[in-house]
Amino acid sequence: MRCDFADSHLHGYFDGELSDPSAAEFERHLQHCVHCAVELVDLDLLSGQLQTARLYEAAPASFRKKIRTNLRPVVPTPAHAPSLLLSWRWQAAAALFLAALIVWRVIPAFHGAEDYQAQFAAGIVDAHLRSLLPGQITNVNSNDPKTLRAWFDGKIKFTFPIRDFRDQGFSLQGGRVDVVQGRTVAALVYANRKHLVNVFAWPTPEPDVSPRAGSRQGYQWIDWRKDKMEFCAVSDAPTSDLEQLQDLLTE
Amino acid sequence: MNDLDAENRLRFEQLVLPHVDAAFNLARWLLRSREDAEDVAQEALLRACRFFRGFHGGDARAWLLQIVRNTCYSWLEKNRPRDLMVEFDEELHPQPVATPESIAIADEGRERLNRALETVPPRFREVLILRELEGCSYKEIAEITSIPIGTVMSSLSRARRQLHSALANSSHKEATREV
Repeated sequence: MRCDFADSHLHGYFDGELSDPSAAEFERHLQHCVHCAVELVDLDLLSGQLQTARLYEAAPASFRKKIRTNLRPVVPTPAHAPSLLLSWRWQAAAALFLAALIVWRVIPAFHGAEDYQAQFAAGIVDAHLRSLLPGQITNVNSNDPKTLRAWFDGKIKFTFPIRDFRDQGFSLQGGRVDVVQGRTVAALVYANRKHLVNVFAWPTPEPDVSPRAGSRQGYQWIDWRKDKMEFCAVSDAPTSDLEQLQDLLTE
Repeated sequence: MNDLDAENRLRFEQLVLPHVDAAFNLARWLLRSREDAEDVAQEALLRACRFFRGFHGGDARAWLLQIVRNTCYSWLEKNRPRDLMVEFDEELHPQPVATPESIAIADEGRERLNRALETVPPRFREVLILRELEGCSYKEIAEITSIPIGTVMSSLSRARRQLHSALANSSHKEATREV
């Protein structure tokens, strides 16, 4: 027999979508409801199956190519028909010029950026997935920033802020040194309800940029640069949660 | 000029195009076919481009997925209205589809999940895909599917139960076949 809580709380709890008081209420209920406890494990199994089965289907290369070719002619469309008689030559010339400008300057610049971004996202998400393998998430387990700082000191040549945000819902779990796309990076691990968040940090010569977000294979990431350091937070948590963590980290 | 100027065009490419994978994945799972997903996702992206001026900031992924979803449903209505009428039947046996492609998929477990997912009706399949594969929050799912946020959880709950029973069904079938 299903219990009432299973309908009203179970899935929200599993997805980390309950408010704190409701989550606490459900946890009390879990202590004596075998039905919900078992169903929670079933949910976790099912979700695990869906994640590991690689069901996510990214757009094939042929599709991306089609999109690009089809979107291209949209840009330089001249104005509407009524004015056509007077100035179509001029408009056609202007449209041609615009098209040429876009094809030569804007599109290559953008595609370069898009390829870089896709590669970057792939590298970050891969590193996150690798870290989720058993025993890989942290090299050092501690929620004490001082301990972590001392541990990182001997391993990497750069420094970056290490803080715990337990009270704001992101509790520090530990850290590790990782390699992402051939670059040595520091990784801090935070737990947010049921989600683990990796925050990667590495030095960069580039100027500060405001956060850019994206998602890949069901994982969200936010990347930003501040004071010659680049940071990237990645998790299966919703983007809004990552934004909250990003705010805390840049405060 | 009703079409995008260069600046909006660049904004479109920066905000919307990074979500091409999400768009394709949702279309593929709603239409249950890669070929149809290519056509319909492409139509959705062109539509998104045409109406991009109406998009004022906010969550670009949710905005695009909403368009993809609506385009998928109108395509289904026109081409496969029966898909939309099917209600989940706990006894419904997932039809084994023996295409060369499915045979080529070595991973038996994946194929089983694939078939089980396809027996879940589209309205429930979509919340499952958005949550489990796309990692959307309840709020985002509500926005994309235009269902009240309060019913996202119950839809997910039903969808997961249906998937679970479809899976149990298929493993039962396999077990009987082996005997």
